[in-house]
Amino acid sequence: MTLTSLAQATYVVAAVLFVLSLAGLSKQETARRGNILGMIGMGLALAATVVLSLDRSERPVMVTALLIAMVFAIGASIGIWRARTVEMTQMPELIAMLHSFVGLAAVLVGFNSYLTEEADAVHQIEVFLGVFIGAVTFTGSIIAYLKLSARIKSNPLTLPGRNLLNLGAIVVSLGLMGWFIASNSVLPLALMTVIALALGLHLVAAIGGGDMPVVVSMLNSYSGWAAAAAGLMLSNDLLIVTGALVGSSGAILSYLMCKAMNRAFISVILGGFGTGGGAAAVDGPQGEHREVQAPEVAEMLAAARSVVIVPGYGMAVAKAQYPVADLVSKLRSAGVEVRFGVHPVAGRLPGHMNVLLAEARVPYDIVLEMDEINDDFPETDVVLVIGANDVVNPSALEDPGSPLAGMPVLEVWKARQCIVFKRSMATGYAGVQNPLFFKENSAMLFGDAKTKVEEILTSLRVGEGANA
Amino acid sequence: MKIGVPAETRAGERLVAASPASVGQLIKLGYDVVVEEGAGVQSSFLDEMYAAAGATIGDATAAWGADVVTCVNAPDEERLWALREGSIFVSMMAPQANPELLATLSKQGVTALALDAVPRISRAQAIDVLSTLSNVAGYRAVIESAEQYGGMFTGQVTAAGKTAPATVFIIGAGVAGLAAIGAASSLGAQVRAFDVRPEVAEQIESMGGTFVVAPEAQQEISADGYAKPLTQEQQAAAMHVYAAEAAKADVVITTALVRGAAPTTITAEVVAGMRPGSVIVDLAASGGGNCELTVPGELVVTDNGVAIVGYTDLTSRMPRHTSQLLGTNIVHLMELLTPGKDGAAVLDLEDQVQRGMTVAHAGDVMWPPPAVAVSAAPPAPQGPSDEERAEQARAAKEQAERKARRRNLFYGAGAVAALLLLSFADSATVQHLTVFALAVIVGFYVISNVKHSLHTPLMSQTNAISGIILVGALLQIGSDDALVSTLAFIAAAVASINIFGGFLVTYRMLGMFRKDPS
Repeated sequence: MTLTSLAQATYVVAAVLFVLSLAGLSKQETARRGNILGMIGMGLALAATVVLSLDRSERPVMVTALLIAMVFAIGASIGIWRARTVEMTQMPELIAMLHSFVGLAAVLVGFNSYLTEEADAVHQIEVFLGVFIGAVTFTGSIIAYLKLSARIKSNPLTLPGRNLLNLGAIVVSLGLMGWFIASNSVLPLALMTVIALALGLHLVAAIGGGDMPVVVSMLNSYSGWAAAAAGLMLSNDLLIVTGALVGSSGAILSYLMCKAMNRAFISVILGGFGTGGGAAAVDGPQGEHREVQAPEVAEMLAAARSVVIVPGYGMAVAKAQYPVADLVSKLRSAGVEVRFGVHPVAGRLPGHMNVLLAEARVPYDIVLEMDEINDDFPETDVVLVIGANDVVNPSALEDPGSPLAGMPVLEVWKARQCIVFKRSMATGYAGVQNPLFFKENSAMLFGDAKTKVEEILTSLRVGEGANA
Repeated sequence: MKIGVPAETRAGERLVAASPASVGQLIKLGYDVVVEEGAGVQSSFLDEMYAAAGATIGDATAAWGADVVTCVNAPDEERLWALREGSIFVSMMAPQANPELLATLSKQGVTALALDAVPRISRAQAIDVLSTLSNVAGYRAVIESAEQYGGMFTGQVTAAGKTAPATVFIIGAGVAGLAAIGAASSLGAQVRAFDVRPEVAEQIESMGGTFVVAPEAQQEISADGYAKPLTQEQQAAAMHVYAAEAAKADVVITTALVRGAAPTTITAEVVAGMRPGSVIVDLAASGGGNCELTVPGELVVTDNGVAIVGYTDLTSRMPRHTSQLLGTNIVHLMELLTPGKDGAAVLDLEDQVQRGMTVAHAGDVMWPPPAVAVSAAPPAPQGPSDEERAEQARAAKEQAERKARRRNLFYGAGAVAALLLLSFADSATVQHLTVFALAVIVGFYVISNVKHSLHTPLMSQTNAISGIILVGALLQIGSDDALVSTLAFIAAAVASINIFGGFLVTYRMLGMFRKDPS
């Protein structure tokens, strides 16, 4: 038994633990355990690697040990600090940021691998691919981060011939790969890195804010493939397995998101949604809407037997999840059945709404998915649509010419009464007018979602005081 | 301007055209309100309550002499003389049946708005008192039937044996019919309902009723929301349904009133076929009745013991809520008439709703109004015929097959290409690629089961795990090449941020998910 074989064995255990970890995350009951298993796996893998690294150190062991200690000190202090302070509404940004780190690491590891190892064609291809994917992930994630944290505008950037640009970047990179294999010089590798960085920038810049759930999960996938490519070039099975797990995980998430929006993955990636064509965009059905005030809504809620709340990105923006949670517990203690209906693409991250509601301590068993709740709307007395628009647009089902046509939506208009919390009559992300607002059984409650929910709470308390 | 709310003059009328709440809203619109002494007593609205809401209490003269006079029913002629020239008179008037009333009002120079002539368009629904009254009447019809029916509506199983639930059959699923369905089913009865318009099936079911399906008696989807006259065969088939359902029912509530006229739905013969002790409530009694034996305004019991309720004052029998709802309808009307919210009523005859309600203005009789395109129920688009559908299905199938063929070809080519490429690679690489392929497949199956609500924690967890690239960087960090060592150091540092941050934030998020303790 050598140190290397011991490390290999540890890697097998770690790989199994990672698979179990992701499997554990499939259910709420086992998610906590999954998280811990992942930590243990990572701990084992790192311990083995540190030992191996010290053993193989070409410099004095102490220097290497010191460097490794510094790495962990930096990683732990920044990582723990971010993890503890991040607000749940900022999760999408944090995740995008973390993706960019993996991308950067993949690029650097790729260059190192080129610098330290013998040149042969297979290894060169692996290095080239690893650096390429890593670089795209790196800049793509940075743009995603900037867009999500509203440091730059989330409108899609539409350069003329943008698809040709992307295609050109890939073709040129392939050419450079040929050159790199033939010459093994650093120049084609460096040139390709620059091109890949630019490609990452452009890819994500061309995608609009509402498609961010797809983009983030796509980058998640890329970061996995980058790790897998690094594993291939380093001949490290643990990296390969882990990278492949993460890569396929992100790919599936992207696929689910696209399905939920009824859009082809390719068209999301090619970007520019909601700006091109635009013929059918704004001139949807117009009509007259009815406005209500918070006290009336409070009355309706107090009289209702069953209430469904449909949250959207607007709730996250207004940070209304806390008063909403208060409202829910108040209504539930008064015997009203309250549930949440969450559309798969609500928010800017897959499952974003669930995390926000969990943060505000809403029990997860009353937070239901679209398919679970859609059949219950006809028996629902009041639906509160808080900051959601396109995901409750009836024209997705009724108007074959609508840009949303065919997208599965929450059929809130089937409820007896539907209250839409909104800042104005502006259109949603897709730029489509929403006939829901003009339905006879819907009413608009204009204003900041948080303030309005708080007003409803106050009215409910006043009403209670009057009855007591 | 001043709004007058006089006491109702019709004998036995218990309603009033304003509630204390609606008075408050009228005052918010800028009006002064004067309520006749005792006007709301029968609706449990005392004078003090009106006064507290900001109204002045006056005598009949003050109320009738206001700039805008609102009441529920049009009064007799001598009262009308009390209306001032140029004032606005708001009331139900049954304009098609009362030409003399319209003549008197126009002679006096009064602007008369008939509450029962609101065009049936979506926008006007807030003013539509007929919907309000139908709703209350439908509810009350169930209550009246429950009083006459000698049993409980809900079925019970007790130590002393069990009782069957009452079977209620409702004819016509308009506003009144739907309200009756809701009230009866919430009392626990088995409710069956029939309407000649098949598109109301969903509404009936949403209220808790069972839709009686009889295709030969039901017509096509109507354009204006009203039922069309039936053809002879349809009529016969419908009568057959009524007879069969009534014979099985304990309570029959019939609501067929097409533009003021009441077609016969329950013949004397059908009544004779009903069980003793069963009840018929005829909501169309005011139009003569749907049942041949109905006596408008009366309760009659037939020889075979069937009680037929023909009351025409069902809404007055619930004065409190009817008055409240009517008052709100009138507030909505005044909102429409007061665009400036400044207490000055302006009539806009270009507006479809206002024109439709105006039956007398500036000395002219304005009834009937020009026809409006009713938008109650837009006609459903003509669906494709069966052949077209079959054609489409065939085309879709062909296309799917073509697509599948192309996809298979594509995959096949990909597999061959991969095979060729791999055969050039050395065995160690192939081994790694095997691991890679298997891991992708494992990942696919593991992740497919993840619940949507856990997608965010999943992402941050996979994020932390992909920090495993740190392993590669750590192995390079000990290199004696300073450049390699530096690059590896940076890579290791960022990757370790990922690991710590990702795992911890996942841990934090998962801690927030909690199950409902109850």
